[in-house]
Formats: sequence, C-alpha cells, structure tokens
Amino acid sequence: MTAGDVRLTIDGREVRVPPGTLIVDAAKRVGVDIPVFCYHPKLEPVGMCRMCLVEIGRPVRDRATGEVQVDDHGTPVLQYGPKLETACTTPVGEGWDVRVSSEKARQGRNEVVEFLLTSHPLDCPICDKGGECPLQNLTLEHGPGKSRFLFDDKIRLDKRVPLGDLIVLDRERCIQCARCVRFQEEIAGDPVLGFFERGRKLEIVTFSDPGFDSYFSGNTTDICPVGALTTADFRFGARPWELNAAASICPHCPVGCNLTLNTRREAVSGGLEVVKRVMPRQNEAVNETWICDKGRFAYHFAASPERLKTPLVRKDGRLVEATWDEALETAAEGMRTAGSRLVGIASGRLSNEDLMALRTAVETVGGRPVLDAPMGGGDFVRRFGLGSQSDLGRLGRGDAVLVIASDLHEEAPIWWLRLRKAAERGAEVIVANARRTRLDEFASHVIRYEYGQAVEALLGIGAAATGETNVRGLVGEAVEAAGKALRSAAELVIFFGAEGLDAKGTAALAQGAAAILARTGHAAKEQSGLVGIWPQANLQGAWDLGWRPTGRGLADVLGEAKAALIAGVDPLGDDPSLGPALGALDFLIVQELFLTETAATADVVLPAQSFIEREGSLTSGEGRVQRYYPAVPAWGEARPDWSISSSLAAGLGAKDLPTSAAAWLERIAEVVPAYHDLSYQALARVEEQWPLVGGDDLYFGGTAYENRQGLGVALASEVERGGSKDVDWPMSPPPQPGPGILAVPVHRLYDRGTTLLPSRVLDPRRVSLYIALNPSDATAIGVGDGEAVSLAWDGQSQTALAVIDPSVPQGAALIPRSAGATLSMPTRVTLLASQPEAAR
Amino acid sequence: MADHILLRHRDIPDLDRLEVYQRHGGFETLRRTIAEKSPQDVIDIVKASGLRGRGGAGFPTGVKWGFLTPDVFPRYVVVNADESEPGTFKDREIMERNPFQLLEGIALCAYAARASTAYVYCRGEFWDLAHELEVRIAEARQKNLLGPKIFGSDFSLEVYVHLGAGAYICGEETALLESMEGKLGQPRLRPPFPAAKGLFGRPTVVNNVETLTNLPPILERGAEWYRSIGTKDSAGPKVFSLSGHVAQPGNYELPLGTTFRTLIFDHGGGVAGGRKIKAILPAGASAPILPATDEVLDTPMDYESVPKVGSMLGSASVIVMDDTVDVAWVALKTTRFFKHESCGKCTPCREGTFWMLRVLERLHSGQDGEGQVDGLYAVARGIEGKCLCPLGEFSIMPVTSGVERFRADFVAHEGDGR
Amino acid sequence: MTASGPRVGILLEKHAAQIEAILARYPSDQKRSAVMPLLYLAQHEYGHVSKAALEEIAGILDLSPTQVGSLVGFYSLYHDEAAGSVRMQICTDLPCALRGAETFARQVCENLGIRLGETTADGVITVEEVMCLAGCDRAPMFQVQDDQGIHYRENQTVESAMAWVAEVRKKHG
Repeated sequence: MTAGDVRLTIDGREVRVPPGTLIVDAAKRVGVDIPVFCYHPKLEPVGMCRMCLVEIGRPVRDRATGEVQVDDHGTPVLQYGPKLETACTTPVGEGWDVRVSSEKARQGRNEVVEFLLTSHPLDCPICDKGGECPLQNLTLEHGPGKSRFLFDDKIRLDKRVPLGDLIVLDRERCIQCARCVRFQEEIAGDPVLGFFERGRKLEIVTFSDPGFDSYFSGNTTDICPVGALTTADFRFGARPWELNAAASICPHCPVGCNLTLNTRREAVSGGLEVVKRVMPRQNEAVNETWICDKGRFAYHFAASPERLKTPLVRKDGRLVEATWDEALETAAEGMRTAGSRLVGIASGRLSNEDLMALRTAVETVGGRPVLDAPMGGGDFVRRFGLGSQSDLGRLGRGDAVLVIASDLHEEAPIWWLRLRKAAERGAEVIVANARRTRLDEFASHVIRYEYGQAVEALLGIGAAATGETNVRGLVGEAVEAAGKALRSAAELVIFFGAEGLDAKGTAALAQGAAAILARTGHAAKEQSGLVGIWPQANLQGAWDLGWRPTGRGLADVLGEAKAALIAGVDPLGDDPSLGPALGALDFLIVQELFLTETAATADVVLPAQSFIEREGSLTSGEGRVQRYYPAVPAWGEARPDWSISSSLAAGLGAKDLPTSAAAWLERIAEVVPAYHDLSYQALARVEEQWPLVGGDDLYFGGTAYENRQGLGVALASEVERGGSKDVDWPMSPPPQPGPGILAVPVHRLYDRGTTLLPSRVLDPRRVSLYIALNPSDATAIGVGDGEAVSLAWDGQSQTALAVIDPSVPQGAALIPRSAGATLSMPTRVTLLASQPEAAR
Repeated sequence: MADHILLRHRDIPDLDRLEVYQRHGGFETLRRTIAEKSPQDVIDIVKASGLRGRGGAGFPTGVKWGFLTPDVFPRYVVVNADESEPGTFKDREIMERNPFQLLEGIALCAYAARASTAYVYCRGEFWDLAHELEVRIAEARQKNLLGPKIFGSDFSLEVYVHLGAGAYICGEETALLESMEGKLGQPRLRPPFPAAKGLFGRPTVVNNVETLTNLPPILERGAEWYRSIGTKDSAGPKVFSLSGHVAQPGNYELPLGTTFRTLIFDHGGGVAGGRKIKAILPAGASAPILPATDEVLDTPMDYESVPKVGSMLGSASVIVMDDTVDVAWVALKTTRFFKHESCGKCTPCREGTFWMLRVLERLHSGQDGEGQVDGLYAVARGIEGKCLCPLGEFSIMPVTSGVERFRADFVAHEGDGR
Repeated sequence: MTASGPRVGILLEKHAAQIEAILARYPSDQKRSAVMPLLYLAQHEYGHVSKAALEEIAGILDLSPTQVGSLVGFYSLYHDEAAGSVRMQICTDLPCALRGAETFARQVCENLGIRLGETTADGVITVEEVMCLAGCDRAPMFQVQDDQGIHYRENQTVESAMAWVAEVRKKHG
C-alpha cells in the first residue's frame, strides 16, 4: 500500500489499491472472487459477458461544496445505483462500497448464467473442460437448478470445427467471450481469429492459411472459459481430474518457460504413467502464463518407442544389449586408455548437473570437455548478462532493446511476444538483421545489413551510441537513430543471435554488444544486459560451467583424440563429413535418448533419461536457473546423464562424488562463483504473483498452473557482482567474398529434429527442406517457385525445392536448420536448377 | 408551421441545387460565422439555443461539444446518418432534398469543434443518396464553401462520405466509430466518451443529420429566436416521421411539444379507413408502446412529456396502429428486428433477444399452454439493466410495455398446451 | 512459409485509381477504415466477396484475411456466397408490414414461383426479406442490390414490382 491508494470496501472487507485498479482485481486481492468469463487480467477489459455484475454504492457529495455528505453518526451517505454494474470495467473509487454477494447482485448474475446456458449444450460428461470449467463451476454456484428455457429451443451447432491443425472449435459450447480473439490480437500479435455473423449467430472463425496460423494458438485453450477450444493433441485424451501434475521447464529453447506436465497411468499406454498434456506454469518474469505451441506439443519424443531402453555394447562389430555394469566398465576402460586424449563433447540439451558431472568424468582421466555449439559469446553473457532483477515485462517507455542477427519469432517465440508487449508499453525495439523478420512489425528502427556484416552493423551502432571515433562500422540514418536510442535508454537489453554467423562471428557480436553496454553506462544496471539467443535450452549453463566450443571445428578435435564421450548431441547426424574422424577414434561412448547416427557407430551406448523422468536445472538465456521435476517413472533402464557420468567417474577412481542431482548443484555452487547461492531449495522458492492463477476460480486466469515449485534464481552478472567492465571493441571480421551464393541456415520453429519429429500433431505445420531465394537470383539460376534446385559445397550436395521470396537478400539462400540439410554454418554454395527428373 | 426551418426544400423548389441554396442565403451564415465568431462563440450560442441531439438521446448538443478534450488535435466530426430505427426516415429526406443545409451545418460544427475532417457515416442502403451527397460535397468544395481555407480563412474542412453496410447497431455512436475504423460495429465501453477518445482515438463530435441541419438557422437567427420555438426544455423544430395506419404517412416538421393528436389528425389525416387508433409507438421500435387514450393523444411530443405517459420521444418516429392490430404481433415484429440486429457482444442482449423471439414464435403458433406470457415477461425483465449498450435495453420495451398494457392480446395466443 | 508481399490481384489491376481515392479519405496510419469501401468494390467486381478477394483486400490494407472476412459476416449487405444477379430485398419490418408489405412479399414470391430467400430458376432474382430501410411512408417498398450498388423502389404494387422484374430479366436474361 502506498500513499494515494484508493480505499473502499468490497463485501465488507476493506481494500486499498492504486487508483485505476478495476473492482474485479481489487476484490481478487482480498479474496473475493467476482465471477467473470470475458475478463482476463492480461487482456483489455471489454465488459461483454456481464457476469461480474455487482452493486456499487458511491458517497453522496454536496452539490455546492463537493464535500461527502455524512449522516447523524458521521458515516458517509452512500448511494447505490439503480442498475448493477460490471466490476471488470469499473475502476475503484474512494469510499465506495461494492456488494458482490447481495441478493440483487446474485440475482443478476444468476440471470446471466441462465442466459448463457440457453445456448450451451450442457455436454459436460463428454467435455474435455469438464472438471476445470469456469462455466460448469459458476453454474453450480449461481445457476438455477432448473432452466425456464425449453430444451427444444436450443440451437444445434457443429461440434467439431478444426480451426487449424492444432485447435478444434466446438461451436455449441462457445459463449462468445472473445478471449481467444482478443488474445490473438493483443498478446500473440496474430489477429487470425475473429467473429463472423452477429447476435446469436456470432461464431469464431479464421480465414488464415493455414487455419489458425499462430505459434501461440494453444494458449487460447487455457483461457477459453468453456470447452469450446480444445487441442488436437489432448482432445478426448483424458479427464482433467484423472491427471497428476509435475513441474517442469521447457527443454526446447533458451527462454525456459515454466511448465506443468499432466500425466496419468493408462491402459492404452500399456499401464504406464504418461504425459497427456503440457500446460503453462506461471512465472511472470519468464513466460507469464503463456507457452508457445512447440513447448506445448513437442513432448512426445520423451515417450517415443524409439527410445533406448538398455545399455548397448559393441560385440563382434554389432551393438548388443548389455547390463549397466558391463557397459560402464567397458566405457571406463575406454576412457582410461585414452587418458588425456579423451574428448568429452556435450551440448546445451544437458542440464547443469549433467554438464558438471560429465566434465568431472572427462577430467578424471585428464580429458578435455568441448561444447558442440554453433554459437559463441557465452562468456560475455556471463559477464554482462541481464541483472538479477531483470524482467522483460517491466521494460517500457524510456527503455531500449536491440535484437541482432536473429529471427526471434522462430527461435524463441515467447521472447518475441514479450518484446512485442515491451514495444507496446513504449520501449524502443531496434532490429538489425540481413532480412525482414516478424520483429520488424513492432521495431522502432530497422537496420539492414548484408550477411557477413552483422559485427560491422553492431560496431556502427556502437559508434553512434558512444560517439567514440576509434570504432568504425556501418553508417546510415537507421544506425544513427538506433545509436541515439541506445545511448539515451534508461535500461538497455541486447539480444544477439547467430543468423549468418559462425561461432567466431557470434563471439565478436557478443563482445561488441558487451562493449556497447559498458560504454553507454548500462553494464550492471538492474534491468540491462546481454542475452544470447541460443539454439538450445541450456547453452548458457554450459558456458557458465566451463564448457567452450572449439575454435577449429569438431573434425580437428576428434582427429587429435583417441576416444570420445559424447552426450546429448549427434555430431554425425548434423554433419556427415565427420564420419571419417569419428571412425578413426579408438573408442566412442555415447549417452543418448535415441540410437542416433553417432550412437550407431559407438562402442558403448548409454541410455539417458528424458526431461520428464528426472530432475535437474537449466540456465535460461536471461540467466535464470530453474529446476524441473520428475513427472513419470524412468523409461526402461535409462538413467539421468549426471548419474551415468558419476558412475563413469567413480569407476575411474574419482572420489567424493555427489550422489544426487541436488548434490551436483551444490557442487556447482561451490566451484562456480556466479552460482554460489544456488541450491534446490533456493530454486524452489516462490512468492505471490499477479495475476493470481490456478485457484479454484479457474475463470480468472485460465487453466495455467500456479507456480508452487519454484520461480528459479536469476543469476547476478559478473559486472553486477563488481567484476571488471573493461571490454574492447571486437575486430570486425574481414569480408569473405567468394563465388556462388551464401547459403544461410535459419531456424524454423517446427523443424525435423529428433526431439520434434515424434510429435505427429505438428506434422502438417512442420517445415520441409527448402531453399528460399530472392527472385532475381532465382531468375539467374533459372529456377521457379516450387521447383527443385541443387546446392553443392565442399564436395557435398543436397537437393531441395525453391521458395521465391523477395525478403531474402540478393546473393543469399536461406535453408531451414534441422530439416534435412546438413549445412550448419553459412557457406558459399553453387546452386543449380535440377533436372526435371530430380524434381519429381 | 408556415415556413420550414429544416425541410426548407418543401418551400423552395430545387433547394438541392447549390446555386438555389446559395441564392436563398445558403453558406452565408457559415461565411459570417467564420469571419465574426470564435469557435467558442459558436459553442456558447448552440448551448444557449437549447438544441438537443435529434438522434434519439436528446442530449444537449452544445454541452456535448464542450466535453472535447482541450488542446488535443486533430479532432473529427462524424455525422450519424445511419438512420435505421424502424419508422424513421427524416434524415434521408434532409440528405436527399436539403443536402446543402446539412453540409453547412457540418461545417459550422467542425468550426466550433476545431476539426478539419468530417465523415458522414451513411447507412449502406442509402447508396444512391450517398453518392449524390459526394457530388454535392465536390460542388461545394469547388466553390471554396468546403475544402481548404474556406472563404479565404484559416478554417479548412474536408468532408467524406463513409458507407455502412447493413447494421442497425452502427447508429449507436461508439459502434459507428468502430465500424468507421474498419471493425465489427460493436459498441465500445463508455467512458471514454467519443469527445475524449473517438474516431482513431481522437476527440470526436458525433451528431445526427437533423441535429446538424439545425445549426445554420440557429447561427443565422440566434439562440433566442430558436428558443421561441418548441417548449422550455425542448426547444426548436423537430421532424416527426409518421408511419403506420395513417392516411398521409410522411415527415412533418413541427415544433417540439406538438401533441400526438395534432400530428396524427391535423397533419397525418387521421387513421386510414376511419378506424380507431389502438396504439402508438412514439420512437420506432425503441420505446414502450402507448395505448391511444385521450391522455396520450393530447400529450405534447417533447423530451419531458412523453416519459410522463410511459414512453420516450427518442427519434420521434411515430408508428400508428389501428384497432385491427394485435400487440403481441407487434412485439413479435420488434423482437425479430432486435434479435436480427443484436451485435452479439453482450450476453443478455444476444441470448435474451433470441430467447424472447423463441417464446413469441411459439406463442404465435398457439402450441403452448398457460404461463408463456409470464415467462416472456420474466425473460424480458432479466435482460433489463444488464446490457452493454441501449439496444438490448430497447429490445424489451415493446415486449414489457405490450404485456403490461395489452395483456389480453398476448394471453389470447396461449393455446391449450396442444 | 516465408513471408511475401501482397499479391496483386484483379482489384488492384482494375481499380487502382479508385482504391487510391478511397485510401486518401483516411489518415495514412488508419488504412483499416478503407476495408468497408473495398469490400463493396470486391463484391461488385466478383458478385460476392470471395476468399481470394479477402486476401487481396487484406494485402492492400496490411490486415489479416480474418480481420477482413469477419466483417462480411457481420454486415448484412455483404455476401460471401453468390446468389441471383439481382437481390430484391423487401422490407417487411413493422411500419411496412402495417401497410401490407408481408402480403406484398408473399404475392411477389408466388408470382415468381419461389419462396423468400430463394432465387428464380433463371438465376436472375433472389428475393429476401429485410429490416427497416427508412422508406416506411412509401410502403410497400424494396431495395435492389446489384453489381452497381443499391437502389430503392417505393410505393410498390405487385404489378409494378412484376413489371420491374420483367425489365430486369430482359437485362440479365
């Protein structure tokens, strides 16, 4: 409570809230639930459903003096309006008395429920929402036992209208609250849902192609207050009351959305406990109450029948099932023999505990840990990362955000969504990339550069922002304007990606961004800092725990090694040219979920548990360490990666090894300064968040889960902890002109990676291999839209269908990552229109 | 009234031609106003005149202008020409036959509001007249009566016609603004009112066609003259649209406060075929139905008197019904209208109009037993006071007043339960 | 798929100047206001508002096709399906009904051999019932929606209406 707060009573309870607070929210804060359907605390109030009707008494003021009139006892005289009013659209007033449970208010709401039910099918026994349905709950509470409406008068409407591949509409159940329409417009920025017709015929439609074309569509099923919108994935899958809930963290991107996994033990899954659906879990500083559709639907890999269930050991040239003891002994022997010529290769798919344990195992024999990442700069993020109090949701007028070299909408959709809102609140969002992306929609300045010039563009912005003359880069009006915006920003966040860059290039980009933060006075500020848009969920954690990519490429690293221990990554699948280098190893151990191409060539394969079976922690791109929990029993004999590594290390003679995930995090806290405060208890801490969700009143915030399992800990950056702010401007990489076209791998949300493919529900939306070309380049090559084109580089070649797109820069070709092409870095290629035979 | 003030074309042939309008003093008031009066002067005069909005709500026009957020520009004037209330056809006659007086009124309003753009939101069905209006705007613009620097002054005004596309709800001013912005014509929450956040989020004056047509005579002849017409609180002339069972339906310009009897008998020629009047809807479908008693017939038609006998003046669209009419059928017709026109945004109106219509249809089919009339009445009362905008509140008025005042007509339909 | 610019379709090809004039009526950052005029343009071009037309208008105005298509359902003068060449829309609302509009509508339909809402066998005329058209003093009356716009025919009798029908058939037959 602060001075200037408004004081009023709601059902006799005194409330003090800031002016402008809506009655419905004020009531919520003191535990008075005013029922709503159309109102949602994150959407603009519309007052459509009329469910929140209350009586309002306002102090009577003397017309002449403006003074509040008082009665004989000195109490202010209140006047109650003749009409009920909507609590969701009325801001509080000083001295008001709001009656929520009065006879008149209850009667009004009873009538609204009765109206809603005239057109509702009351098919609760077969409805997915049954059990967590606001209409059902409020009907029980408010509805008359018997309707005066004749059942025969009900209109019958379609019960299965697929709005798209992922969301199905039941027209009968819809109560026209427009939450879905408004979510798509106000939050998702994809206005692809609308109303058609009017009056009683009003219905939800989409005219987008494909239907309901939005990466955030699943959220509408959470906020739908009835069973009108259901996901194709969960529809008729289970009843809400049968489901168990376990807290988790999304493993797909560096945002680290908080999830709840709903599971049940079921006969159709052979009596196993399986995940039935993924729901958002509230963390206002990370994902609020939203998740993207990838996070929601791409969990099926964890229960894929292709998962490895037992350890495998190569015997007589073939991988055969083995016991853990045998496999671990064989593996340890291979590691011991290699000694310092062992290389451990890991990725950002592994948890912090896994990475620490793996590093320990590798280093026990003197081997070296190597991070397989296409992107550098994590060390600069640790130094200049976001402050420990940061929250993108608090950025607004006066603040600035720079996003460079990324298609954020495809790479980290929730960040895109949060920046869109920041822009709406007045933050200047500056976007620099070689091509148009959906960030441009809300950018205040857009800087275009040619692929290969990202660092130069950043240096140009840096020069404009600092006025330093020893730094040179791109110049231009947009660069100048961007520099000015950065310089004057109260808080400054810089996101850097890797589009069109290799690991060295991104490292230079990160350094340049760090230099800008340092030289514009934004280092160590509460909300400012550097964020890496990593292609995996825990790459920042890997950097923090000492894992580094090699400067020279995996082939060289493998070439020098005698043995390798590879975990959570499939180098051979990503780059077939690594075949000889892997083949030349004396010994190869792979820890994996699946028998990947790399695993298939291994001497020992150790089955790892997926994120749903175990616990662990991940460090998000924003530097928040978050904990996930086991949701289902282990799959077969699979073990968590940290446990496997611990066993290997123990077998190699390491002492005092942690014996649990929690203990491994404590070990991390001991040895990694930035993590020194961390423990599983600290990660499990929660505090009250607004809006309140997940209570019995599901109508307020939807079915997103309340966070009772931990908000995580936002790490302090090194500069915040008093570290040096010194950083030089990076060298601008020399231009690398060459013949042919620059093929640039780009991220698409629904790719064909091993963790996505098993989610068949995404198949219709999944990207297939294509090469996007500028029209002029397409004409020069002689290829038309949809025709086959082949690309060749370094003795490799690939064929794909051409997509002609004017937003692709001339001289460049965009190729989706993890869609079948093995190109992982920007590469100059030769393009040729394929023969008609090849096209077929 | 000997000389018409609003329907001047009835006295002056070819008044819809610009040279004729100008020959009879047209645009002279605008010229003099711009030269001699400040925008605030105009607002003060209109306030003093007692002019009240002719679209139905009867809100004092000058007061409405006074709510414009100060010092925020640009501002807009939006002319409500969405005339869609059943039984209302006055704005149409003004736009067809006396269009330049409306345009001059728009210019005066824009001058007072310090707006430089005005849109005439015309219902889509008025396709032909809207296109003629566009031609007339172009003519006036060519003569510098509209457009940049009118009469060489600093006042510029562009007037555009914007066509609706068939939605009664767009007559509600915030729904009209939504529609003008290219969205569904669904009413907005108020506040903020259009004077603060109207078209494109800007301060906006929304006035009805007839209201604005009053401005040239008010500014020409003064507030005092205007107040001398009509009654104390309902000043000025009003165009009454008379329809239904009368010998001579049509528009009649009469002072506010003229009685129903004068309108219907002296001007409308009484009931066709010499039958008795049974009932009157004084404001289209959007007001309670009145039994045609002597008390009612002798009631002055102004904003204060009609409520005293249990209805409203509204847009003054007087629908007369003779003694052959079944009021339960009237309720069926009006309910069908409101059910068709409900935008669907709020629950009570969307579901309630649908439910009332179902009950009324069943009642008329004679299928149902006793109690249906009470049921109908209860549903209507359930809608009351809960709607987002006036449409839903209007929808129940012919039903509740019909059941209260002509109960026998309804009960006669209650069958014996088939 | 990857984003691409608005597709140039028939509307832009044939009515570029008119579209420009329509857009000029509204502030440049309020292009959405032009959606209703453009829907009329599309309807007159195609006879009804097709999905392709929605996409074209959406492209011109930087809207989603859903934002455009939604209006077609809300406003009764837009049609998303083809009907007769001419829509004969008879007002049968209360004031007109008091002056015999319902009987008029029934008799017109009988003469045409169709029911309300149907189209004549020759595909020329669709008869529909509509709400008040502000022609109450000249009932019975109807409006004609064709590829040119909307026109009123008032003070009608069944005979005058059928004479008009004959004329229309000559023109569209």
